[in-house]
Amino acid sequence: MNPFLLSAPALALFGVMLVVPLIMTFILSFHSFGFYTGIEFTFGLHNYIDVLTDDYFYEIFGRTFAIALAVTVICVIIGTPMAFFLQRMRAWTRSIMVLIVLGPLLVSVVVRTLGWMILLGNNGVINSALMDMGLLTSPFRMMYTSGGIVVALAHVMVPFMVLAVWAALQRQDPATIAAAESLGARRSTIFRRVVLPQAMPGILSGSLIVFSLSASSFATPSLIGGRRVKVVATTVYDEFLNTLNWPLGAAIAIILLVAVLVIMVTWNRVVERQFAGVFQ
Amino acid sequence: MKNGAFAHIFTVLFAVFMLAPIGVVVAVSFTAEGFLEFPPSTLSLRWYWAILDNPDFIDAFIVSLKLGFVSALLATVLTVPAGLAIGRGRFRGRDALQALFLSPLTVPTVVLGISFLRFLSLFGMNGTFIGLAVCHAVIIIPFVLRLVLASVTGMDPSIEKASVSLGASPWTVFRRVTLPAITPGVVGGFVLAFITSFDELTVSIFIVNPSTTTLPVRLFSHIAQTTDPLVASVSTVAILFTVVVMLIVDRLYGLDRLLIGEGKR
Amino acid sequence: MAYLELDHLSKAFGPFQAVADFSLDVARGEFVSLLGPSGCGKTTTLQMIAGFEEPTSGTIRLNGRDLSGVAARDRGLGIVFQTYALFPHMTVAENVGFGLDMRKVRGKERKRRIAAALELVHLSHLAGRHPRQLSGGQRQRVALARALVIEPELLLLDEPLSNLDAKLREEMQLELRRIQQEAGVTTLLVTHDQNEAMALSDRIAVMHAGTLVQEAAPFEAYERPTTAFASAFLGKSNAIHGRYEGPEFVTKDGVRLAAPAPAADGAGAAGDVMLALRPERILFVEEADAVVSGKVVERVFLGDQWLFKVATPVGELLVTRRNGGHAEPEPGATVHLAWAADHLRVLAPEAAA
Ligand SMILES: Nc1ncnc2c1ncn2[C@@H]1O[C@H](COP(=O)(O)OP(=O)(O)OP(=O)(O)O)[C@@H](O)[C@H]1O
Ligand SMILES: [Mg+2]
Repeated sequence: MNPFLLSAPALALFGVMLVVPLIMTFILSFHSFGFYTGIEFTFGLHNYIDVLTDDYFYEIFGRTFAIALAVTVICVIIGTPMAFFLQRMRAWTRSIMVLIVLGPLLVSVVVRTLGWMILLGNNGVINSALMDMGLLTSPFRMMYTSGGIVVALAHVMVPFMVLAVWAALQRQDPATIAAAESLGARRSTIFRRVVLPQAMPGILSGSLIVFSLSASSFATPSLIGGRRVKVVATTVYDEFLNTLNWPLGAAIAIILLVAVLVIMVTWNRVVERQFAGVFQ
Repeated sequence: MKNGAFAHIFTVLFAVFMLAPIGVVVAVSFTAEGFLEFPPSTLSLRWYWAILDNPDFIDAFIVSLKLGFVSALLATVLTVPAGLAIGRGRFRGRDALQALFLSPLTVPTVVLGISFLRFLSLFGMNGTFIGLAVCHAVIIIPFVLRLVLASVTGMDPSIEKASVSLGASPWTVFRRVTLPAITPGVVGGFVLAFITSFDELTVSIFIVNPSTTTLPVRLFSHIAQTTDPLVASVSTVAILFTVVVMLIVDRLYGLDRLLIGEGKR
Repeated sequence: MAYLELDHLSKAFGPFQAVADFSLDVARGEFVSLLGPSGCGKTTTLQMIAGFEEPTSGTIRLNGRDLSGVAARDRGLGIVFQTYALFPHMTVAENVGFGLDMRKVRGKERKRRIAAALELVHLSHLAGRHPRQLSGGQRQRVALARALVIEPELLLLDEPLSNLDAKLREEMQLELRRIQQEAGVTTLLVTHDQNEAMALSDRIAVMHAGTLVQEAAPFEAYERPTTAFASAFLGKSNAIHGRYEGPEFVTKDGVRLAAPAPAADGAGAAGDVMLALRPERILFVEEADAVVSGKVVERVFLGDQWLFKVATPVGELLVTRRNGGHAEPEPGATVHLAWAADHLRVLAPEAAA
């Protein structure tokens, strides 16, 4: 059967419900907004100029990408070893650990973030415990800070990293480790020269997933950052549902989309060049 | 290679990190007080009974269930033929088609949310259940597609030829051979799609109205105002629901396989 | 003293005895094959020599040195794995160079040895490729070069040709033999392919259910199998069951046959014995010269030869005949068979054969 005929229903859905809405958002971003008149169907770059000339927005974009970068680094640092350990566990322990590591992915981000709010608050679990132990005299502020957002987002994102690295590890032939050993390599050398390089594609693709999801995340920054610590996604939300300046919100969203796409494409280019021929 | 002491300690700390926020929500939900308290000084089910006095949450739960089911069904029905075409064929435009169907994964969800809002409101469809279901179908199709693709490419293509040679009609081939062969992927895709839709917040928050508010949106709005033990008890029910689904999935399909999206182990 | 000595080697996995009391001596420069059916413990034996499995009991000595307690990485053996286990992220040259890096061989010397090893396997032109860009036969050679470049005291090969197609496998057999002789390295090959074992090795060790059943040069092993298992596993064989009555052999169906005298050690002199007879030693003769006569049940044309299944009073016999280009008896035809009595091998019958 013709592949396009088979794909036609899904293609129709995507045409009407994805492509058209995205184009409309793009067009919307060139319109203007009047406080009394609502959306005016003018056509110009003023929204983009507004965003790109305002330090306020630079701060928001800067914070967003800084948070995403920090989350990515943390996920690499804790997710990669976890995947290695998972690979080497006994079947029974591993199946439990898989549930613990991957299970949270299925729990709503809102619920997980609520958990972090309870943990991180000034009267929260962590601060109370530290003060009870006498390690702190006054609470250490974690709610409504970028640091708090990073911690909670790392929790939300780290399963993706573990999954990506683990998938790469499972594709390895375990005999390559035995081969390296028979050639005289010690444990650390095997890890550095045989296991890690083979896991690298997983680490790199996991990083990309974590970074792009973090940069566009909404629920966690919104609840932990509150009104004060705004990121791009929460700014777009405010423009749409509070200020009602849809054209400006659309322009911010389009900039986010373009930034994320540029980062993805560049990253993939670099990775492909690095690994040309190795992992096709 | 075996795991050493460092690995064991690391694993335990990692498990604590993963479970702490979830455990703490469950723990505080059993408080008898009117505020969040950890650990609860006295245990009670007071806040579970309180859910019954808040039909908002129950309604939202029901909306989410219905929405998850309808959108996952829609996504699965549309994706299976497309997945068969993409996974099987070598035709011009195959990569483009696959990239298109996976693209909702790369577009930031806020961008999708406002685009759906803009589009639906032009047709007065904003806040309708149908509108919500169709939008959810778009964002969950990539998850279904990945699993369907994995099982299609993992399928031995000659079993279809074998059944044709035995005299099966195209429909029979599909029903008796192809579909059973890809069923694990389809079922896995449906479940993952259901859960993704059930948990979805960022798109929904733009396109719900008070009568179609989903559970995540209801929880989010409530938490944004105030964190009381009620949200903890509602969250605990949601967690319980997810745990049950997760255990079933793990038994049937393997959680790791479902999430990695690989066909064969 | 032998170069490699396996001394009463045993390996148990829980209650399961994978290798039992296995002893084998290999001389320096010799090429020995471990031959046996799937699951008989060949890989396990190899893994114990390589140091990846700990023997339950017994010792392994290489060049007089006891290997027990020596870590796999310090044994200095060259191993070619069944899956080749090439490092996918390294080029051919880097794969080959890995073992040299571990030995801190640097600079010019490193380059020279990599080049020499690739020269040996005829792969110099592919040094910059990654394993994924190679064919199966080429990967196999890289694995070989990687194992040989460290000038191992012993080369271990675990079914190195089993992933190759039939034609390539034959080519690689010749290659492997040439490379082994050029490198002069003592080699132990594991295989379940009897032709491969016979084509390649100086000596074959036939394994069955974890034990060594026979070790001999290929011709010797084929001509004088010492057990029913070895006789059936190495090539095709007919089994004629019966017993000796005095000097005469009587089959279980009561046919008297001229047979070699029972072995001097008395094995088989009393009780049931089995005569093994190679299908190619049976001749079609005139009725007057026949040892037995029978009816052709089946006939298979194999190109260079014909294979017959003939129902006779001593049981069904397989007979092969070189294809001489003329008509052969059809199924249903009566044929007369004869063989020289000294082609019969007297063996103790085995349940498993
Ligand atoms: N780690 C293990 N635990 C338990 N049993 C094992 C283990 N490794 C091997 N065995 C068993 O030991 C026996 C011998 O295994 P081995 O791998 O040595 O066979 P083999 O002769 O190499 O077979 P093949 O030709 O199929 O590779 C098999 O029955 C196998 O099931
Ligand atoms: Mg084996």
